[in-house]
Amino acid sequence: MGFFTDTSVCIGCKACEVACKEWNHVPEDGLVFTGMSYDNTQGLSADTWRHVAFIEQRKPLAGQVPGRDETTGAVAEGLRWLMASDVCKHCTEAACLDVCPTGALFRTEFGTVVVQEDVCNGCGYCVPACPYGVIDKRHGDGRMWKCTLCYDRLSVGTEPACAKACPTDSIQFGPLEELRQRADRRLQQMHASGVTDARLYGHDPNDGVGGDGAFFLLLDEPEVYGLPPDPVVTTRDLPAMWKLVGVAAVSLVSSIAASFLAGGSYRAGARK
Amino acid sequence: MSPRSAKSKLLANWPVLHQLRHGDPFGRGIAVKSETSAKLQPRTITADKVVKSVCPYCGVGCGQNVYVKNEKVVQIEGDPDSPISRGRLCPKGSASLELTTGPSRRHHVMYRRPHSAEWERLPLDQALDMVADRVIKTRREHWEWEHEGKYVRRTMSIASLGGATLDNEENYLIKKLWTALGIVQVENQARVCHSSTVAGLGTSFGRGGATTFMQDLQHSDCIVIEGSSFAEAHPVGFQWVMEAKARGATVVHVDPRFSRTSALADLHVPIRAGSDIAFLGGIINYVLQNDKWFHEYVLNFTNASHIIREEFADAEDLGGVFSGLDAEKGHYDTGTWQYEGMPVQSASGNRDAQYDRPRKSSVSGSGKPESHGSGGAGLAGEPERDLTLRHPRCVFQILKHHYERYTPEMVRDICGVEPELFLRVCTAVTENSGRDKTTAFAYAVGWTQHTTGAQFIRACSVLQLLLGNIGRPGGGIQALRGHASIQGSTDIPTLFNLLPGYLPMPHAHEHESLDDYVRGEGTEKGFWGSMRNYMVSLLKAWWGPAASADNDFCFGYLPRLTGSHSTYDTVMAQLDGKVKGYFLMGENPAVGSANGKMQRLGMANLEWLVVRDFSLIESATWWKDSPEVATGELRTEDIATEVFFFPAASHTEKNGSFTNTNRLLQWHWEAVEPEGEARSDLWFMYHLGRKIRQKLAGSTDPVDAPVLELTWDYPTEGRIEEPKAQAVLAEINGFDADGSPLASYQQLNDDGSTACGCWIYCGVYADGINQAARRKPDKEQDWVGAEWCWAWPANRRELYNRASADPEGKPWGYNKALIWWDEDKALWTGHDIPDFDATKSPYYRPPAGARAAEALSGIDPFIMQADGKGWLYVPAGLTDGPLPTHYEPQESPVTNPLYKQQRNPVRQHFSREHNRYNPSGDEQGADVYPVVVTTYRLTEHFTAGGMSRWVSYLSELQPEMFVEVSPELAAERGLENGGWATIITARNAIEARVLVTPRMVPVRIDGKVVHQIALPFHWGHNGYTQGDSANDLTSLALDPNVHIQEVKALTAEIRAGRRPRGPALVELVEQYRERAGVTAQTGMGALS
Repeated sequence: MGFFTDTSVCIGCKACEVACKEWNHVPEDGLVFTGMSYDNTQGLSADTWRHVAFIEQRKPLAGQVPGRDETTGAVAEGLRWLMASDVCKHCTEAACLDVCPTGALFRTEFGTVVVQEDVCNGCGYCVPACPYGVIDKRHGDGRMWKCTLCYDRLSVGTEPACAKACPTDSIQFGPLEELRQRADRRLQQMHASGVTDARLYGHDPNDGVGGDGAFFLLLDEPEVYGLPPDPVVTTRDLPAMWKLVGVAAVSLVSSIAASFLAGGSYRAGARK
Repeated sequence: MSPRSAKSKLLANWPVLHQLRHGDPFGRGIAVKSETSAKLQPRTITADKVVKSVCPYCGVGCGQNVYVKNEKVVQIEGDPDSPISRGRLCPKGSASLELTTGPSRRHHVMYRRPHSAEWERLPLDQALDMVADRVIKTRREHWEWEHEGKYVRRTMSIASLGGATLDNEENYLIKKLWTALGIVQVENQARVCHSSTVAGLGTSFGRGGATTFMQDLQHSDCIVIEGSSFAEAHPVGFQWVMEAKARGATVVHVDPRFSRTSALADLHVPIRAGSDIAFLGGIINYVLQNDKWFHEYVLNFTNASHIIREEFADAEDLGGVFSGLDAEKGHYDTGTWQYEGMPVQSASGNRDAQYDRPRKSSVSGSGKPESHGSGGAGLAGEPERDLTLRHPRCVFQILKHHYERYTPEMVRDICGVEPELFLRVCTAVTENSGRDKTTAFAYAVGWTQHTTGAQFIRACSVLQLLLGNIGRPGGGIQALRGHASIQGSTDIPTLFNLLPGYLPMPHAHEHESLDDYVRGEGTEKGFWGSMRNYMVSLLKAWWGPAASADNDFCFGYLPRLTGSHSTYDTVMAQLDGKVKGYFLMGENPAVGSANGKMQRLGMANLEWLVVRDFSLIESATWWKDSPEVATGELRTEDIATEVFFFPAASHTEKNGSFTNTNRLLQWHWEAVEPEGEARSDLWFMYHLGRKIRQKLAGSTDPVDAPVLELTWDYPTEGRIEEPKAQAVLAEINGFDADGSPLASYQQLNDDGSTACGCWIYCGVYADGINQAARRKPDKEQDWVGAEWCWAWPANRRELYNRASADPEGKPWGYNKALIWWDEDKALWTGHDIPDFDATKSPYYRPPAGARAAEALSGIDPFIMQADGKGWLYVPAGLTDGPLPTHYEPQESPVTNPLYKQQRNPVRQHFSREHNRYNPSGDEQGADVYPVVVTTYRLTEHFTAGGMSRWVSYLSELQPEMFVEVSPELAAERGLENGGWATIITARNAIEARVLVTPRMVPVRIDGKVVHQIALPFHWGHNGYTQGDSANDLTSLALDPNVHIQEVKALTAEIRAGRRPRGPALVELVEQYRERAGVTAQTGMGALS
């Protein structure tokens, strides 16, 4: 199960942020006026599991007419205000999970990635492992926290709090395969209506993280939204590395063994 | 467990074995699932009960499910069954759990002694007793039997404000008790938010509510959102705009700000704040000039063909004023605006002239246009008509003449909108209107809060009638209201000028007897013709057996009006020392009403103040921490006001109904009892009334008779003796002589045999069943959702839906069918309940002399209007003109490009010490305040902040007061993004953080760049997030029809940096006033 977030219908209301916090008892984490459009949340963290990004751009939405008055000499190329609700990607190949030494992070029966608060010891290995910078340590608590895709709700067939609240259905929840088909249809529809900027992000099972369990329809490059353009599971090279380590170990062992053998014969020879 | 099996379990749980056994060798899946994880259960499942409720924030009326465990609310989320919200909630609705159960809720009564600097605790019962004593004493000491020789039976010493966040039942008890006590200054948020809606829509169509309902927006082919940021202020309702958009509808947003609504629109049109009548007038002119009007609809369903009196002169011909202006007194004699051959205004036609004169003067002051919330203005006789529409004095020709100068170029000169962009809107609207297509308009307080507010809405009404979009699916005018029950607090009005169901409050001298009143206010035709039935039934509901035909059904017990007693008049009366006691029932005027300083100084002049709210809002604590205390204008020890704070119960802690923005009454159930001393307003009013009646028992003073004879015996329940809200609803619904519930207002009589607390709500308790509590799920019924709760009138969802069919009763277009005439069954049928006599044939024509409903023909869809027609031109009912015309706001940097008349000549404006106006246009000193200011609501906050600034999850999303400025203005003034700015008007100065954004657009007017800035109005100095209030900048400049304040367009100066502290703040404001040469005369006078 996963999320498809269609940012083209997001109204930036932040219901997802509040519904998530209410349901999961995530603490309020500071009153900071950032001056960055309407984004006073700034990013995902241990205390923010949904984050709505606001990007003001001086270019028109397809089909939208430049709204600014040309006579003032101001921008004539139009204006668009992108809004997108970000969340943990629940990677198919999740590095956080790979590196967790305690079994606190695990893949659930729904294919989602969850931190178990009763197991996590706060070692923090998962933090640098995440290619999206999502998982984070909660101050004053020491443990790692992130979106659980409302694991408790899924267990009884209820959709996650954010998806349920979303007023315009920008956040959609369901079986990934079904969501991917829906996203493809939506993308085609957007392209047909001239919104050529529209693209899917994280939907491809062949990408660097094996596809995201939470993927997006974006209206611009991922970097614009603060998303890495080509994320790769940081543990991707682990098998190869282990292989090399293995080779190295084997060669080390064999060379030591060889040296012993050789040395032995030398000493044996010497004794002779 | 034996040691052996324990050992084997331990072994089996050894990770390697455990992982292998679960087929999860690397321990990344199910094998590592902890015991806690395995036992996780959502609290929605473990809850003991789920209670059906309704969101307490805006007027959309989203369904909520409230989950209760061990008598505690543990979760609140959207109700998927609701056909309006479909389970969704905005951030505010999603924060309902913290709102209702969070740490900022107060649960104890607080009391501030005169001159004290501190609160102290007081037991609830003692506090209630003290309030009862003060009401009795103040009322007795300041009782008025007569005012200037006229019978008034009232006290002007007590006032009450608030009700839009409360239940209908609570509003009903507030209005009932205060009225019986002779208190007339009863007001609520509806005055400052949407009163102009009632006048604008009411005079145009016969009822003051939105003509459509939320779900119907999905059928629109074009939606124009103007004067509203729909997506931001009503996010869950906006899903229906998105549904329409997904179907291919064009969405247009006209607004000074590029907002979150604009971001989702196909077209954003930046407009100069306050110029919308010119913009809409421009479209009207385009429609008329290019023959885009819907001929058959306009000819049959509107008053286009009616002939107007010869004496009428249009504003076009009198330099911007209509005929009948008394410039000295600042009001119109509306006699010349009437239909030809019909008696003036008064329905009786034989009332003597002397009797009529005072009536007109009080009409201009008393907010009477608001009484058209359910019933148009009175007319008598048959209008003369010219169905060829060629008569030079027919409405159609007058309309054409009136708007012919509203060309695209004029629109550019007034609104700052380029003709190309303007014409795109014209095209979108006209191409999407007609037989097979419909366009809807949605607006909110961006239109209502102007000195010409009612006329803004009138302009839209004219346009929608011309295009044939009223009463049809996907059409209509969606008035977006911003409180959970602000429609309800207008229907069951905690408003000074109304009685329940839009019956006007009687005026001193004007209505000596019930018959005079009915003659003066009723009409001969239409459903308003049965007004006496409604009034007598109301009096029976209130005074029961004491009301009889012999005593005019206690009509004399009603206190009388002598002009305007709106909340702003009350504030001025407070400053003048005339008001002694004040109740604030869930309203925070220190932040939410115009001119915050006057609000607070007014309260400092009271003897006692009662505040009922969740937390200690600014209106409760101004005596120790208001901005005026900081500047030294007030000193706590000098303030003699006694302040009582009563903690209020939340929507989850009481039973009751909210009426949403589309007239839908939705019942919400009590989930838990309120904690501590928190109580519902129903409890407060009932028990206060009970105490007052106990204390007055045995009094033979006629002053007390209305209180003692009042029906006030509601059953109570539970530990706290909560009155049964259902019993109050049953009284509102009404009952017959046997006490059986009535099913329809058509059953009401005028002989005292029926009682009904609000005739338009009659039917909500039909068959003794609470129809507002109906919850048939969305998926089990059609899109109209007729079995979800109950809408007035008579559960009709789309008003005037007779107009969805052509004169013969057939749907105009295949896609646009709503109701139609079934010839075989001789019945109107369809998706919605007909807003029409279901058996009246389209071919019915009234016989001569018919009256009331019978006088309406089969082609009269506007059944509350005296002539059954939609009014393009309003011959009676408005005080500032029969047609909308562009005037500049009270404060504007622009000289009116249309007329030499700058402002609405009959606007209400007040020259007072703390209410000076900035100079306008080319007046000297106007350049000192050159920037246009508009105020607005954020998604993340709610009105004056009482329900959002104390909620941490909302506060962190918008943590500080800010001002939105364009990059151009920021460069000019040296404003830095994230820095501070000070904004200054002739009233006050505030500071705000700066948000520089290209979303704010300077407009060019007459070769001059006009900068606009936008201020959210939520902040004040209490709560979790604090900041200066936008309303400290605004002034009292009011619409003359309904006394709504102009806060959506004013002027100011903005400069970089924070404002001074202490007395230096007052000095700064004074310096600017001096520099601009502001005097007591600035901005005053009708002909200015």
